[in-house]
Amino acid sequence: MSTPRLCTAALLLLCLGSAWAAGPGLGRVPSAEELAELDLSIAPDGRGLPPGSGDVAQGLALYQARCEACHGAGGQGKPADRLSGGLGSLASDKPVKTVNSYWPYATTLFDYIRRAMPLNAPRSLTDSEVYSLCAYLLALDGILAADARLDAASLAAVRMPNRDGFIDRSQER
Amino acid sequence: MGLQAGALAAGLGGAPAQAASGFPWQQVPGAPVRLTGEPSPFAPPLRRTLLQGYGAIAPGTGSSWTPLEQLRGTITPAYLHFERHHNGVPAIDPAHFNLVIHGLVNRPLAFDLETLHRYPMVTRQGFIECAGNSLPNSFPEPQAKPCGLIHGLISCSEWTGVPLGLLLEEAGVQAGAQWMLAEGADAASMSRSIPLYPRGDDMLLALYQNGEPLRPEQGYPWRLFLPGYEGNMNVKWLRRLKLSAGPTHTRDETSRYTDLLRDGRAEQFTFVMGVKSVITRPSGGMRLAARGFYELSGLAWSGSGRIACVEVSADGGASWTEAALQSPAQDRSFTLFSIPWHWDGSPARLQSRATDEQGNTQPTRAQWTQRYAPGQRYHYNAIQTWALDAGGNLSNVYA
Ligand code: HEC
Repeated sequence: MSTPRLCTAALLLLCLGSAWAAGPGLGRVPSAEELAELDLSIAPDGRGLPPGSGDVAQGLALYQARCEACHGAGGQGKPADRLSGGLGSLASDKPVKTVNSYWPYATTLFDYIRRAMPLNAPRSLTDSEVYSLCAYLLALDGILAADARLDAASLAAVRMPNRDGFIDRSQER
Repeated sequence: MGLQAGALAAGLGGAPAQAASGFPWQQVPGAPVRLTGEPSPFAPPLRRTLLQGYGAIAPGTGSSWTPLEQLRGTITPAYLHFERHHNGVPAIDPAHFNLVIHGLVNRPLAFDLETLHRYPMVTRQGFIECAGNSLPNSFPEPQAKPCGLIHGLISCSEWTGVPLGLLLEEAGVQAGAQWMLAEGADAASMSRSIPLYPRGDDMLLALYQNGEPLRPEQGYPWRLFLPGYEGNMNVKWLRRLKLSAGPTHTRDETSRYTDLLRDGRAEQFTFVMGVKSVITRPSGGMRLAARGFYELSGLAWSGSGRIACVEVSADGGASWTEAALQSPAQDRSFTLFSIPWHWDGSPARLQSRATDEQGNTQPTRAQWTQRYAPGQRYHYNAIQTWALDAGGNLSNVYA
């Protein structure tokens, strides 16, 4: 039969043309506003962090009002995840993984709170509120001073205690 | 015609005495045809089991487990496919929904459902397994749970959709792009970084599962299907793909789905699900009624390729016999295995051990736990042991 051979030839052509085969080209070009609204992600170097700022005291007040019921006083956890403490415990018999003991980047904290928390009303916080919540949580373990204020530049400059704690396995097959 | 008429006449005219024998269903017309099928009311109902770890504060943050031991075959019915959501299931109306590809591309593109239906689609079978599957066996004490509640965060389907490469090609991936960020449109905005290589050409934007449009719980109108990669990366309700030079280090690839080692360092981006197998029949919670012949059967799979071999032990791993692989082993898919066995009534320890075509073999539980820090749960693929006592009862034990 000639059909299978034809198919192989067609496939070969597609593969030779480029790594990805060609499609019908029906995608719509989104507007700049559409993209700006959509693109909330923040790179670990801080690219994508928005304007705005907030400090530890503001963060405490917000935390008590919007987070504490689920994450406990001072981020100690219960009923939901513990967010603070556990520094220096990772190699012990009782490792405690929290934002402050385990997460490699503070940008992740900003990104996650902004898009996913509070769990019962995600995406309801302003950017400045998110900065203040980050400042409060990081100050709980002395990663920031008790009177610290965070904005795009200072958050990108935060070095998390476990920054070098990860082994990248992404290129394994 | 003549014959029939004659027979009918004879029947009517003859002695009524004996109605033709048969089952009751053979004596009355059956139910009429209907629009959709339902399981028999006489078959035991099939249900997933729910785990809502946060209780009432977050009922949508949890999982449902596929009852593997009650199913047979390589395809999981869509309504029993396991679920793991991080903040509930969104009800997406595709009339108001797009997939946007942007970032390091020559031109950002948006696709809606109607447009995607004009694209060529491919179909492939494959499993999706949560990185947390089998985690009950990582606990210090063996849990008295049935197979599906230990290993049921995996299901296998036939997925149909648009090869992602087609859409990426149209957007024009720029030279520096090595990764892409996938974001879901759920209330968790589930986000994962995915490397374009080494396995990028396998990626599918799936719109159909087992022939029907995806159900909301599986990502309607579309999701990523990345064969062999940990479940969480197969982002449901996919809203956008942002091409980037490096990974974004989102919460679900740093805080979660990473594996802490004994020395305090953690492995990150463990994407490929390890080789694994489990005897589903008989398994924990079941009872063998009498000694005699049994077929031991189960499922094997690997994120690295086809299953090459499954061995079975009835003595806790002291001796092994190769099982038959029942279907042609498909790439990164469920493979059935079985082996005939005679139970002589004495206690036994049933195990299965799979090896894939890359030569990866399942570790023992001791080997697995030795590698990771206490309390680690993800990527558990050690050998399962079912203890059989003299009374015929099966339970989950650690060998
Ligand atoms: C209704 C309960 C609830 C409220 C209120 C809530 N959270 Fe959460 N939070 C959760 C749950 C549940 C999770 C885990 C979600 C998951 O696993 O996907 C979580 C996860 C987190 C995490 C990630 C923890 C980790 O280790 O990965 C952070 C950080 C966080 N919340 C911060 C906040 C902040 C800040 C607020 C207040 C603005 C807040 N949460 C309000 C329930 C809540």
